[in-house]
Amino acid sequence: MNLAMFIQHMLNSLTLGSLYALVAIGYTMVYGILRLINFAHSEMFMLGAYFVFWGITLGHLPWPVAMAIAIAVTATLGVIVDQVAYRPLRDAPRISALISSIGVSFFLQNVAIVFFQAIPREVYRPKWLEDPIITHGVRILPLTLFVPLLSLALMLVLIWIVYRTKAGLGMRAISKDIETSYLMGVPVNRIIALTFGIGTALAAASGIMWALRYPQLQPIMGTIPGFKAFIAAVFGGIGSIPGAVIGGLALGFIEIMTVAFFPDLAGYRDAFAFVLLILVLMVKPTGLLGERLEDKV
Amino acid sequence: MRRGQTILLNCLAVIAAGLFLWLAKDSFDGYKIQILNLIAINIILALSLNLIYGFTGLFSLGHAGFMAIGAYVCSILIMTPDQKDMLFILEPAYDWVQNAHLPFLAAVIAGGLAAALAGVIVGYPLLRLGDDYLGIATLGFAEIVRVLANNFPRLTNGALGFKGIPDYANLWWNFGWCLVTLYVIVRLLQSNTGNVLKAIRDDEAAARAMGVNVFRYKLLSFSVGAFFAGVGGALLASLLTTIDPKMFLFTLTFNILMIVVAGGLGSLSGTIMAGIGITVMLEWLRVVENPVDLFGFELPGVPGMRMVVFSLALIMIILFRREGLMGMRELSWQSLTRVFSRGKA
Repeated sequence: MNLAMFIQHMLNSLTLGSLYALVAIGYTMVYGILRLINFAHSEMFMLGAYFVFWGITLGHLPWPVAMAIAIAVTATLGVIVDQVAYRPLRDAPRISALISSIGVSFFLQNVAIVFFQAIPREVYRPKWLEDPIITHGVRILPLTLFVPLLSLALMLVLIWIVYRTKAGLGMRAISKDIETSYLMGVPVNRIIALTFGIGTALAAASGIMWALRYPQLQPIMGTIPGFKAFIAAVFGGIGSIPGAVIGGLALGFIEIMTVAFFPDLAGYRDAFAFVLLILVLMVKPTGLLGERLEDKV
Repeated sequence: MRRGQTILLNCLAVIAAGLFLWLAKDSFDGYKIQILNLIAINIILALSLNLIYGFTGLFSLGHAGFMAIGAYVCSILIMTPDQKDMLFILEPAYDWVQNAHLPFLAAVIAGGLAAALAGVIVGYPLLRLGDDYLGIATLGFAEIVRVLANNFPRLTNGALGFKGIPDYANLWWNFGWCLVTLYVIVRLLQSNTGNVLKAIRDDEAAARAMGVNVFRYKLLSFSVGAFFAGVGGALLASLLTTIDPKMFLFTLTFNILMIVVAGGLGSLSGTIMAGIGITVMLEWLRVVENPVDLFGFELPGVPGMRMVVFSLALIMIILFRREGLMGMRELSWQSLTRVFSRGKA
């Protein structure tokens, strides 16, 4: 393998990794606050991509507008799902909300199958994303630069929100101790809604870029990336935003490099992340940057 | 109620059920018999998941994986070498796969044992994890099984799967195994072991403080559950006569989970009732996927609508009746007689 090839693989893994990272952030934020694995998150990824497709084909909107609207609509949907399916279960055993989220996930997926049909649809890609730039034997699609750059921008905005704004302070407070935050006057429900909104917006953005990269839409497209992103979140230490980013990038890197160096193993690609998950959980149950969870007695 | 009376009533119930099956076998059409068969298999699967999740508190999402193992092992054993010759067209089967052949009963048991072995192997590292993590890790296990099934053409015939598996699984076999499952799980739960399992579910830290070897009991419950999940998978393979890796997606686990949650976590009688209800409902819901004639208007059938209604039902149950049909209560002869005597007075 020469250097040019290696650089190309690196860029690919950066693209894939940042897509995982964007989804992983949503899992990690919700888990950090509610201790809930939101299975419906991967359906938000899928819906975001479909909404853009609709905006362009039915609404004849230009790309950036369609993308902004799709992200906003999906984020709203994420908030609604929380209000309808998780909020009534805040005081219930945690497993109830988890089952509810599995139900929501299946519901949205099947609604998508009913409305959009199960057949994969092709995605129209804007021309400027497709013309490859070739320098020094490295063939780069603008897409492979666009995706990590946009992801980076979104993550910087997120970090600004979480660490520099009052709402972010509220999020961090709730993730430490929800009851005390409530007593201290933190508007808990509004902040949880905001968290769902932001997390879902990132998942939608990721789904849209995923659809551009593998130009295809189908109702089940969120499932595998969703699981992998969850694994990335666990890998980095669930509840930690930098952890989710590192986990996502690491998973993208491992996946691309495994397939690049051992093409024979390509068939096992989807199982690979799960093996990694099980290994990580065995060695370090709280992930790379995860905090130690104390045993509750 | 005395013990002798209970045993007598249990025997009578089994005989009544047997009589019903005997009549059903001749008077029902094939479709209805198929539904009865599915009811039996779903009850086996749901009982085994309820043992793991409802009674021991281990949130496992790996049932489809155990079922796949049971189904593949059993199918390989009951197909004749000639059949396998015809079947393995991608690549020829390994010799030991090619020549393995056992009668149905032994093959089903082998399928269950293989699943139980897998349960021990994955349970050993995973059962130390907390509930959510265990759920996602067992889900990962099921996914790994599926990917392996897809990529081992010499063992599993890859994505093509098996066709023409001998259809031994009839009403007698399925309900027979259903009875065995129920008996084993009831005896297990009534024993001291059962009390320990429930103690672990209710408060693991307290159970550990009482000197219980929590891990060993978790592993026991997990592998017994896996055994019956494997048996269920084996029976399903023989009933449907065709299996492939796509069959064992997460949806399958979801259906079983739905039965357990609807019946009540920690209630065997609830599981049985929900198993019957949901299997019938899943079939009946096919109506919404077929065109419906409504007062002269032709409403087109909507493919996929069945699962929409089904998942909506799960959300509704968890939102409005979290404890399911029976909660943690059981239907017993005693409670039945109480209902009847109240009716008289």
